[in-house]
Amino acid sequence: MKLLKLPQQRKRRFGFVDSFLWAVRIGALVFVVVGIFGIPGVAGGPEGSLFKTLSGEGVSGEAWRDLFISGLAQGSMYGMIALGYSLVYGVLGFINFAHGEVFMSGALVSFFAADAFATAGIWESQPVLALGFTILVAMATSTIVAVLTERIAYRRLRGSPRLIPLITSIGMSFFIRYTFRGLFGDSFKTYPAAPGVLEGRATIFGVEILKTQLTVIVVTAVSMVVLYQFVARTRMGRAMRAIAEDREIAALMGVNVDRVISLTFAVGGAMAGIAGVLWALLFRQVHFLTGFLPGIKGFTAAVVGGIGNMAGAYVGGLAIGLVESVGPLLVLDGWGIPAVSQLKDVVAFSALVLVLIYRPTGLLGERLSVEERG
Amino acid sequence: MADREPVLEFRGVNTHYGPVHILKDVDLKVFDGEIVCLLGGNASGKTTTLKAVLGMVIPTTGDVLLNGEVCSDKSTSYRVERGVTMVPENRRLFKRMTVKENLEMGTYLRTDKENLADDLERIFELFPLVKERLGQKAGTLSGGEQQMVAVGRALMARPKVLLMDEPSMGLAPVLVAQNFEIIEQINEAGTTVFVVEQNASMALSIADRGYVLQTGQIVLSGTAEDLLSNPQMRQAYLGEVD
Repeated sequence: MKLLKLPQQRKRRFGFVDSFLWAVRIGALVFVVVGIFGIPGVAGGPEGSLFKTLSGEGVSGEAWRDLFISGLAQGSMYGMIALGYSLVYGVLGFINFAHGEVFMSGALVSFFAADAFATAGIWESQPVLALGFTILVAMATSTIVAVLTERIAYRRLRGSPRLIPLITSIGMSFFIRYTFRGLFGDSFKTYPAAPGVLEGRATIFGVEILKTQLTVIVVTAVSMVVLYQFVARTRMGRAMRAIAEDREIAALMGVNVDRVISLTFAVGGAMAGIAGVLWALLFRQVHFLTGFLPGIKGFTAAVVGGIGNMAGAYVGGLAIGLVESVGPLLVLDGWGIPAVSQLKDVVAFSALVLVLIYRPTGLLGERLSVEERG
Repeated sequence: MADREPVLEFRGVNTHYGPVHILKDVDLKVFDGEIVCLLGGNASGKTTTLKAVLGMVIPTTGDVLLNGEVCSDKSTSYRVERGVTMVPENRRLFKRMTVKENLEMGTYLRTDKENLADDLERIFELFPLVKERLGQKAGTLSGGEQQMVAVGRALMARPKVLLMDEPSMGLAPVLVAQNFEIIEQINEAGTTVFVVEQNASMALSIADRGYVLQTGQIVLSGTAEDLLSNPQMRQAYLGEVD
């Protein structure tokens, strides 16, 4: 009897695409390294390169520190927004592109609370109370918007192919955006300036930090810890994780799937609401289009950190915030590119592309096996 | 038996999946304290029957009763609250959670938190190995260990009726025998068990009664001894050729 010849497992050939990707990998690395250290030969060259800084000619150490800290503050907010993407992806397996609008709704509606407090003088006399209440208003608004979006638009699509809720979420994003334009007009709303206690700088471990930025970093860090404890320790948090892993079995344990999915949207919304007020505190102007770019950046952060992973969302947010804050001056300036600070979005999204090339699962992402993703 | 109320009853249940008629006029009863098995080959409607018990499939006509209450259109969590739990096919633990968290998921709907420690002890008596694995992620356990945790998770809900979907699936023969011993022990402790199996001889060896399902219809039913001696049964399911 002739033995059946098993088909030889074919070795994957090193094709054109592979060599292209390697070229991109190496090219990017060279670009970044040269950018960071500067080109020593270039006379009167860029200010931002490390050589210049170290030799005392270029950008000062204090300026780097400020960029770093504002990157952290910015990144904390991206992380808060990223959480909403990540939680929903974990539970339902699709990207809710309307999440940027959830963030915007909180920032926009809480403006009226903040403005009223400022007019009544409470913003200055009772800053903690006023700020706390403003944050509550934002959280409530964002939560309601997020939960309603799920209830009205996504729940009916639960069983349909994943692309359908995705496209729907883009539609919802426009719907919410222009509903808020209809409700509150298209003018910029100017938040009251941060209350007096938050003016100027505070010194933490010998480092001077703008108090507003410090507030942002502290409030997000506390929120993250609270949320993490909620998901890790409480019964509802366990139910959320159970649904993320196996919805049918979670239902079998008696978990009310609809309610827990609503809760997931609510938690993501509340986080986005907090981020909305912090955003307004730093940048002061809010608008019905305010949600667009932070929304996309939050999504980027979620992917960079590893989508579906909570710690990843925060880490990804910080990474994107730092990269877009420090990156332009650190890398692009070394090449003598003018007006680098206006290129922060380019740098942020390039970072996304690079992360996807070097580490497709994101910084903290686990490898998703076929079995798990089904 | 006629004077006893069944804990689980199907009355003329029909189900459809799209245009496909799956269960056809299924009648069955499970009484308190019994082990009843539902036998049948692939695609005979066994899993659909279990899903209908749990409300994951809603009958197009006919009724599903739990403890005499019509539950045909009630949600899964409503039914779980009334004492039905399943050990699913292939165990399906929450792999990224620890063994302890998996067991805790079983208690999701329970309000008597003070008794949980005792129940946990009972699980450890049944499966001493589980105690050593409490802090481990469920995904790192072997198939046999996962089966123990899956049974433990279901028992933590203190079910009146325990449904078991293909408990012999994907386990080594030694473990299968062990598994059925455990089912008997659980039954002796007072839990009604409804087992769905392809392995007919194994299931009938522990069951009081059995039903045979073929393309969605109950074609045979009776006590385990009757089924074991039924010539049709012997030929079709017990692998004996005349």
